[in-house]
Amino acid sequence: MPGMTITEKILAKHAKRDSVVPGENIWVDVDVLMTHDVCGPGTIGIFHKEFGRNAKVWDRNKVVIIPDHYIFTADEKCHRNIQILRDFVKEQDLPFYYDPEFVSMNPGKPNPYLDPTKTKYKGVCHKALPEEGHIRPGEIMLGTDSHTCTAGAFGMFATGVGNSDAAFTLGTGKTWLKVPPTMKFTFHGQIPPYLTAKDLILAVIGDISVSGATYKSMYFAGEGIGSLTLEDRMTLTNMAIEAGGKNGVCDVDEKTLNYVRARSRIKTWEVYTDDKNAAYDYEGDYDLSIMEPMVAKPHSPDNKDTAHNVRDVKLDQAYIGSCTGGKITDMIMAANILKGQQVKIPTYVVPGSTEVHADMKRFNLRGVLKGPNEKSVEDILSDAGCSMGASGCSACLGGPADTFGRLNRSEVCISTTNRNFPGRMGSMSAAVFLASPLTVAASALTGHITDPREFITSPIETGMAGVK
Amino acid sequence: MTKVIKGKAFVLGDNIDTDQIIPAKYLAYNPSDATERKFFGMYAMDGVPAGQSGLPFGDVRFVRPNEFKSDFSIVIGGKNFGCGSSREHAPLAIAEAGASCVVAEFYARIFFRNSVNGGYVVPFETGERLVELIKTGDELEIDVGKGEMKNVTQGGRVHKLKPLGDVAPIIDAGGVFEYAKESGMMAR
Ligand code: SF4
Repeated sequence: MPGMTITEKILAKHAKRDSVVPGENIWVDVDVLMTHDVCGPGTIGIFHKEFGRNAKVWDRNKVVIIPDHYIFTADEKCHRNIQILRDFVKEQDLPFYYDPEFVSMNPGKPNPYLDPTKTKYKGVCHKALPEEGHIRPGEIMLGTDSHTCTAGAFGMFATGVGNSDAAFTLGTGKTWLKVPPTMKFTFHGQIPPYLTAKDLILAVIGDISVSGATYKSMYFAGEGIGSLTLEDRMTLTNMAIEAGGKNGVCDVDEKTLNYVRARSRIKTWEVYTDDKNAAYDYEGDYDLSIMEPMVAKPHSPDNKDTAHNVRDVKLDQAYIGSCTGGKITDMIMAANILKGQQVKIPTYVVPGSTEVHADMKRFNLRGVLKGPNEKSVEDILSDAGCSMGASGCSACLGGPADTFGRLNRSEVCISTTNRNFPGRMGSMSAAVFLASPLTVAASALTGHITDPREFITSPIETGMAGVK
Repeated sequence: MTKVIKGKAFVLGDNIDTDQIIPAKYLAYNPSDATERKFFGMYAMDGVPAGQSGLPFGDVRFVRPNEFKSDFSIVIGGKNFGCGSSREHAPLAIAEAGASCVVAEFYARIFFRNSVNGGYVVPFETGERLVELIKTGDELEIDVGKGEMKNVTQGGRVHKLKPLGDVAPIIDAGGVFEYAKESGMMAR
């Protein structure tokens, strides 16, 4: 009998079985269920309908609700949706809810928080989940958001589900899953200073297509992954869904454990590794020393090219943000390129979470606490002419017409986000190129797509940022 | 599940993602509110670029402006139908517009699961590529038992459907909740 992969071991354990094989349908116990303002109201509605108006969730300590999608908008339905979450939190007495207290039922656009350290609101759920200690190796998390797979960077099985699935789990603590076969992607060598995990994942998706991992688990392995920061690993697993993957997963190492030890609300977890004789559905090898900065051209994340090949593309806008490219290390990478210069095109910066926002104010370019006369990451970005937004999903998914950074015309944008399907960032006639924070920042300086190697002379240190 | 499904085809291409099926700007509607839910029907397929909407002609709207229901009840897709976000609003929107099934080469995982679990539309798969063979507006007849789809407009041409497999009992029950109740996992 072949050995098992990390994903198979986690699933077997949660099905209370010794082993599972790909293709089997199993019922598993869920450790964490996450929902947000877009899918929460629907999930809650189904929960009430199916389990009864007075039903209680299966375990109030395992439910996490993080409003993040439509926060800074005057759209009244969006305000109402947040109120639905609040009512449910109260009704169920849920401890893990991160309220945007500045959103009320009053008409008009809410004023964002002034100080990111003084709000309960967090911003994008996938960034907030590990920050707030809800992520642990070896557990199973379901979330009503396709990028729930981000948490696989911590050696967890995490996948996106719809409202019915989430409502079912809310009532029962269980879900059915088909055990996915695993695809293994091995990265050799160390990450060079001009590449980020975004380049790696765009290369992978370009190779296997937007459906290449449908129903499958994507396992990112090799010393190259060990050389990435934990945040950069999150960029990899985050975009597993862009290849159709059910989940993405990385090995657990000291970087993971340091973070989880410092953050997790529960102090026990299990670390699994692939057996030597584990069976893979596909194996791909990548040599980091010869990979190049990549882009995904409109209108699909698998439409890959090198940044160098498309250098003639003129841009109207640049966007740095989202759960994929709005982490503190992403901001530090962008700031290192933009420091002391001026952007040539409107450039929008949206911190992935309020913690990222706070870190942008306290860290310097090298990711250490700034001295009194030193510039912060945020100072550097605004001095370079970037427009700074409040934490949240913002224009990553277009959203209501008054959304910060939204593409409202037939513009060409380069973005650190994860999807460039038609209309994803707003207007149906806009064209979006996906790229790393380094490539986006370099392109913002020139006004056309630019290979960041033209700007990078030495490795970028990210110091303490995103480490604990 | 009804054993024979008849209706007009609405044909789309490959990689129809959830932003095309129901653009993010409409997600503020609450699907659990009966009045708001109808709007998902109105805006179903609103994000499909005009030229690719209703192949091979293009510029055919799935739902006419300001109407809640579609004239088409069978959606034909290519590869990776429903990719993108996990929004259950996508199969819900197609169902709310009045369509009862999708027939595609294969699906993105979450869309397939949501279609089944919520009991919205039946996600049939074909081994064969239908996008170039069927025209928007063709009258189709699906015989679920036989696993066949007949194109009445094109002289009765028959296309094979793949068996629904493991999920058939959930589809038959009408969704994961009904299934769980029937099988005793959940109280009625
Ligand atoms: S930042 Fe973008 S991809 Fe991430 S959860 Fe928000 S909308 Fe989804």
